[in-house]
Amino acid sequence: MYNEYFSESHTMLRDSIRRFIAREITPHLDKWEEEGIIPLELYKKAGDAGFIGLGYPEEYGGTPGDIFHQVAYMEEIMRCGAVGLASSLGVSAIAVPPILVLGTEEQKKKYVPPVLAGDKIAVLGVTEPSGGSDVANLLTRAVRKGDRYIVNGSKTFITSGTRADYVTTAVRTGGPGHKGISILIIEKGTPGFTVSKKLEKMGWWSSDTAELSFQDCEVPAENLLGEENKGFAGIMVNFQKERLYLAVEAHAVAELALEESIKYARERVAFGKPLTGFQVTRHKLAEMATLVEASKQLNYSIAAKIGNGQPCFKEVCMAKNFATKACDRVVYDAVQIHGGYGYCREYVVERLYRDSRLFAIGGGTYEIMNEVISKQMGL
Amino acid sequence: MNIVACVKQVPDTEALIKVKPDGSGIDEGGIKWVMNPYDEYGVEEALRLKEAKGGEVTIVSVGPARAMETIRTALAMGAEKGVHVSDPLLDNTDAYTTAAALAAVIKGLNPDIIFCGQRAIDDDSGQVGSILAAILGIPQVTIVTKLEMADGKIKAIKPIEGAQLVIESTLPCVITTQKGLNEPRYASLPGIMKAKKKPVDVKNAAALGIATEPKAKVAKMTPPPDRAPGKIIAGDDPAAKAAELVRLLREEAKVI
Ligand SMILES: Cc1cc2nc3c(=O)[nH]c(=O)nc-3n(C[C@H](O)[C@H](O)[C@H](O)COP(=O)(O)OP(=O)(O)OC[C@H]3O[C@@H](n4cnc5c(N)ncnc54)[C@H](O)[C@@H]3O)c2cc1C
Repeated sequence: MYNEYFSESHTMLRDSIRRFIAREITPHLDKWEEEGIIPLELYKKAGDAGFIGLGYPEEYGGTPGDIFHQVAYMEEIMRCGAVGLASSLGVSAIAVPPILVLGTEEQKKKYVPPVLAGDKIAVLGVTEPSGGSDVANLLTRAVRKGDRYIVNGSKTFITSGTRADYVTTAVRTGGPGHKGISILIIEKGTPGFTVSKKLEKMGWWSSDTAELSFQDCEVPAENLLGEENKGFAGIMVNFQKERLYLAVEAHAVAELALEESIKYARERVAFGKPLTGFQVTRHKLAEMATLVEASKQLNYSIAAKIGNGQPCFKEVCMAKNFATKACDRVVYDAVQIHGGYGYCREYVVERLYRDSRLFAIGGGTYEIMNEVISKQMGL
Repeated sequence: MNIVACVKQVPDTEALIKVKPDGSGIDEGGIKWVMNPYDEYGVEEALRLKEAKGGEVTIVSVGPARAMETIRTALAMGAEKGVHVSDPLLDNTDAYTTAAALAAVIKGLNPDIIFCGQRAIDDDSGQVGSILAAILGIPQVTIVTKLEMADGKIKAIKPIEGAQLVIESTLPCVITTQKGLNEPRYASLPGIMKAKKKPVDVKNAAALGIATEPKAKVAKMTPPPDRAPGKIIAGDDPAAKAAELVRLLREEAKVI
């Protein structure tokens, strides 16, 4: 299958992730979901397996691969059935690239290897309570004073934020708009930096999501990534891949929901026959499968473009929105096919339904994707 | 130390096995192939031994072209190199010929210890490790669940009915591995990437100088008979239904 994109090493990676999930995740997942967090050892185990370092240069402790290793990783890790867990475990994917793009050699050597090894957690702090879509107008202020920046403000919805070691933080150092934004690495334990809240959420339970507070927080000036007021590029660098990943996550979640639904529909009997005995169910499953296949093919083709170095800002937004909508529909029908059981914790589709709601919100909302698309269309 | 682990590629334990209509074998279409689970214990033990004592692990497999995937998997787990005996004349061959092919390869490797799974989950013959030891003229300890090595000897534990045997052997020897020996690692991503570049020698029967005519042939394969459909006891009166159930269990199923 998909031989044009995946070869032997991708298959082996998939196998390893399946084993990792079966051994390290599945036996504990329900507990971690209830507890609202994953154990730190899981980062270490994923680091040891090389999963966190996937796609990064060897000199920083990574293992280079092609874009389809990353696609395969995303698809497989989603099969643990908890989007939050996968996102929390993989949070460095949005926190590390700005360091690699903007950071000095010294900064890269200091921050990246421990994160890829699973010893430290790096997170991305962009969104603020006053707004997430309008990134260019963020409010958290950083004022240079001697060899430090004094930071005041707050960040919210920060994935894995409750115990992050490094926060790749977007701050305002200059005037309004995107030309006044810089990125600071704010380390755990910096005076004035506190976790003000752990947020309770609809889904993504095993991912700890935090509100972070900075009150006269003194950050060493050497923690500035790149030049002052040139930090927006560091945020932009994430967009393309993060959106692709979310699109892939959406098709993978939809595929899992579809498989669960097929299994259930074959077993569940109503009016004396299995649900698959009703044309209505069969057609529902057929449509679900069609949506999964369509989003998969779109995502793969765009991943291939990104892999070839072709810019596709518009296409990746289309992929994210298409896969999100497809996934919404598929998880809705998956719950529907499961009836009352689909509404109960015991069945994975219940979690997929809640967890997947985030795809239209995180990494740029559905509406913001459409903004990008329409602008690129010259409208 | 020179360590050898033999691996066989088999259908995934969850694969749905269909016998070909002519009974000549199984229908291989759509099957996912994996490393024989018992061989995984052997590979893992080989790697642990290497990590503790130093040396090199060589993977040997007899099988069609696709068996290369299984060799690569073992290399990704951490083995150094592989030998793939690939020859259409050896496809679906018997235990003796497989062991003869393995022996021909392994002789040249000058090993200190050789691991085989205690059996393969496809044909369940459970003979290859033992025949291999016999051909090589070295001791064998089969169905091992614990292994220690000291002073050039091994001490192995083998469970038997109601007890366990502690067996000592000199080296070199053949160990056949059983569930419980260890928990095989999953290949790490760096391991997977490095495996691409590790050397695998491909050899055919002629190069090894072995006879390819099997001593045992599978005459015919037949699927197990279909399970008879279940019976539903109809009626409204639970007491009568229970009585009928008991009667059927006693008179038809003859289980009570
Ligand atoms: C579980 C979770 C994890 C997250 N993880 C992180 C993280 O690790 N780091 C991080 O920085 N952020 C994170 N976020 C934040 C996420 O990126 C934001 O929620 C998102 O960008 C939207 O911002 P907002 O919530 O402030 O909504 P708003 O920007 O206030 O938007 C509200 C609504 O208005 C719409 N809207 C806004 N502007 C426009 C417009 N111009 N045209 C049309 N409609 C518009 C939006 O589409 C949305 O529907 C996370 C969020 C969640 C829920």
